[in-house]
Amino acid sequence: MADPAPLRLLYFAWLRERIGTGEEEVALPPDVRTVANLLAWLRRRGPGYEAAFGTTAAVRCAVNQDFADPDAAVRPGDEVAFFPPVTGG
Amino acid sequence: MATIRVQAEPIDIGAECAALGAGRFDIGGIGSFIGTVRDTAGGRRITAMTLEHYPGMTERALAAIAAEATCRWDLLGCTLVHRVGRMEPGETIVLVLAASAHRHAALDATAFLIDWLKTRAPFWKKESFADGAEAWVDAREADDAAAARWGDLAAPT
Repeated sequence: MADPAPLRLLYFAWLRERIGTGEEEVALPPDVRTVANLLAWLRRRGPGYEAAFGTTAAVRCAVNQDFADPDAAVRPGDEVAFFPPVTGG
Repeated sequence: MATIRVQAEPIDIGAECAALGAGRFDIGGIGSFIGTVRDTAGGRRITAMTLEHYPGMTERALAAIAAEATCRWDLLGCTLVHRVGRMEPGETIVLVLAASAHRHAALDATAFLIDWLKTRAPFWKKESFADGAEAWVDAREADDAAAARWGDLAAPT
């Protein structure tokens, strides 16, 4: 059986700088069902991730290019982006 | 109906305004907001501002904001152009235009569009200071409050 589609992860602004990359693909980890689960999993991946996700109050998320709450579902093949509150205009 | 663009090139305000009104005689007025890069932040001198965005989501978010304005006001067209990349003080960073038969709709829609853009479109600003330091701009609670006065801002969706 083919492996499920990977997650496409995107990071912007200071999250990208702290993690050291703006984009990566990962296999959806077992037990990760929601944005909050994914964030907790990412935070344990290394010091850069800990620095990026240590203060989750300042982290926003989009799933498939729509803003998403912590309890939003994450599925194989999704594009999930993490970024600080927006500051355009 | 809505012109939406994210570009690295300078914004030609006159050309955008002319394009919005070209060939139409039903427009009574065009409201405009022109955002420019300031040379100071928190008392520190800024030499440049760099804008990052989320390609794909940005255009979707701007289209959704324009669609919402079109639902709320009787608009004959609107324009949202936002620059990305490096800019210097005095340069235009964003242009919002809203055209309507009457001024109140044009002006109110313009204010709504920029307030919502500032809290819902995925752009991030980084300031470069005269001493060589750089810092990402923090989101302002004042912007959330400005957007909230238009209602329906419990959470961006």
